[in-house]
Amino acid sequence: MGLMDASVTLKKLTEKFPDAVVGTHNYRGDDTAIVKKEKIRDICLFLRDDPDLLYNFMMDLTVVDYLGRDPRFEVVYHLYSLPHNRRVRIKALVPESDLTIDSVVSVWVAADWFEREAYDMYGVVFTGHPNLRRILLYEGFEGHPLRKDYPLKKRQPLIGPVN
Amino acid sequence: MSEISKDLHTEYMVINMGPSHPVTHGTVKFLATLEGETIVDLDVEIGYLHRGFEKMCENSTWQQVIPYTDRLNYVSPLINNTGYALAVEKLLGIDVPERCKYLRVIACELSRLSDHLTNVAAAGLELGAFTAFLYFVEARELVWDLIESLCGARVTVNYVRIGGLKNDLPERFEEKVRYVFKEVRRLWVDVDKLLTKNRIFIDRVRGVGAISAEEAIAYGFTGPCLRACGVPYDVRKAQPYLVYDRMDFEVPIGETGDNYDKYLVRMEEIQQSMRIVEQALAQMPDGPINVRLPQVRMEPKEKIYSRIDSLIYHFKTVIEGIKPPPGEVYQAVEGGNGELGFYLVSDGSGKPYKCRVRPPCFALTAAMPRLVKGRLLADIVPTFDMINMIGGECDR
Amino acid sequence: MGLKLSRWKATRDLMVGQKQSAGPERLLDGSVILTRLEAAVNWARKYSFFLYPFVTACCGMEFMSVAGPRYDLDRFGAALPRFSPRQSDLLMVVGTISHKQAPILVKVYNQMAEPKWVFAFGVCAVSGGFYDNYSVVQGIDTLIPVDIYVPGCPPRPEMVLDGLLLLQQKVKQERWSDWPRGEAPVSRC
Repeated sequence: MGLMDASVTLKKLTEKFPDAVVGTHNYRGDDTAIVKKEKIRDICLFLRDDPDLLYNFMMDLTVVDYLGRDPRFEVVYHLYSLPHNRRVRIKALVPESDLTIDSVVSVWVAADWFEREAYDMYGVVFTGHPNLRRILLYEGFEGHPLRKDYPLKKRQPLIGPVN
Repeated sequence: MSEISKDLHTEYMVINMGPSHPVTHGTVKFLATLEGETIVDLDVEIGYLHRGFEKMCENSTWQQVIPYTDRLNYVSPLINNTGYALAVEKLLGIDVPERCKYLRVIACELSRLSDHLTNVAAAGLELGAFTAFLYFVEARELVWDLIESLCGARVTVNYVRIGGLKNDLPERFEEKVRYVFKEVRRLWVDVDKLLTKNRIFIDRVRGVGAISAEEAIAYGFTGPCLRACGVPYDVRKAQPYLVYDRMDFEVPIGETGDNYDKYLVRMEEIQQSMRIVEQALAQMPDGPINVRLPQVRMEPKEKIYSRIDSLIYHFKTVIEGIKPPPGEVYQAVEGGNGELGFYLVSDGSGKPYKCRVRPPCFALTAAMPRLVKGRLLADIVPTFDMINMIGGECDR
Repeated sequence: MGLKLSRWKATRDLMVGQKQSAGPERLLDGSVILTRLEAAVNWARKYSFFLYPFVTACCGMEFMSVAGPRYDLDRFGAALPRFSPRQSDLLMVVGTISHKQAPILVKVYNQMAEPKWVFAFGVCAVSGGFYDNYSVVQGIDTLIPVDIYVPGCPPRPEMVLDGLLLLQQKVKQERWSDWPRGEAPVSRC
């Protein structure tokens, strides 16, 4: 992947959505674009359908919690284009005060379970998701464990010894 | 017939194939809504083995994460170790010596052998072919003997280090490899004769769990399940890491994406993995196996006990952890089930800020309802087997 | 005849574990073995465990090896896994138990008929392993009574077989009054 090829995605993205893209970088060869969360569905549709880009694989969807910074959360999408053999990372900024973001299930079906896991672990609500409930923890679990302010050793057993 | 059944009051029956079930590898719950024997809807519930991998990693130093990665895809632990070490090395911006790369390739391919052997053995067991299970468990024991002589442990190896490896090859490793591969090839031929043209096996797995290539891509399939659909995507060929670009191997592709193709793809990959190991052993150069950066990779004990600077680096890296520069990186390797990705975020301290694993079988298990809808209840068994859901990876 | 009698004696002594006088057996020409009913029943129980492998995690790989042809559980009589708790008597808890899985473990334990034994396979079942966090039960003995603890991550198959032999010795020394023990003493939090 030459340098020319690597920045095609970022160039086209900043041309098409100039006000949504907050920043881009290419740390260690990974194309990354930081976007605002409002137009995330349009951005994803553009990335999937544009003939130069064709990001048809949604590899990963996760959330990073930057405690102490505003916006606190970043929803990170890792995409891969099978025809062009390229990767890109999209980071959408989500503040703690408005912890919602559009769901991209209609763009890639793979996002279904990844978004459920992000909701389970961080509490980010994906609007438009057909079935947003906990996936890795039991239904009555209180709290969202991967947030930085959740203690590691807090116990929430469903069932325990009598004494 | 339909006139009669209009008067009969029929309802759908909901059956629970619970979390403690031999087929579901112990940790997945299926709620099947059945009409007779046909599945109308399937609800898959995972998370019964959630062990908090990411949270534990955020509370350990970068080197202490490696045993946790062992337990992700526990049938092929060396691939997880290698993936993580490659991701951290990408973050640090360092490159390991040649011999280390070849050794890592050998370790990964031995692990991949173990993964595919276990999967076909378990599939045989759950369909009733107990002999295939016993033969491949014996083959896996032989491969584990090799891994044990190389790394010191059978299952949770903890062999790869950031910036190198734990130790070099033991003596007479090539002889052992030759002997073991001869035995594994013999057992492979036996199981091939037992299963591949077996009427009962074919009736149970052919045509079941078929999926088209576009849908598979939309669901995020990777690995043998995607290659069985006809898509030639293998991370080792598409974006080669380590020395895979110097290895001559083929990537088997299926046609319809049903369970029979997945089985054939896995069987052929066993043969290709053995080829890769033999080539790597032949091509491997001599040299060091660890990178010479004491702030990343610990030096040998003789130096640590005799030189003060080595002692200081050892102390700092063990107590505080190595310190990669702040940033984020994503590294993908080809795991036994597909693309295993590590997304690491560093804030410059000795502990990872975020250590995310992209589990290949998470996306595969999410597609289970789509694969078995409209089929019989008994078709859950071969379909779920061939997906090769490993609880440690899916639930982390 | 003298040889046959001494062989019978040896067998009987092995079973009961103490020397007794040969009176009635010599009279009946060695065709009868006398022992306590407890000892005979314990002997039958310990050499015919029906496992319920409650497999969750990585230790399951070593369980497959132990059941495989090289390290063979069949030699010790514990070959047949019964995947229904109603039909089994040795619950082998193989692998990590999370809080989500804990009620299921207790349910399976309660559904087993007495006499039943529990084998904690692997350090995650023994004490939670190195997963000291929000989602892992720190040892299944907080939920159900455990008979044998086999630590290891995962334990080598030889360790598992050693654990099984120790369990057999334990079963040999049981008394009638040990059973029944009742349900697992847990509460729903």
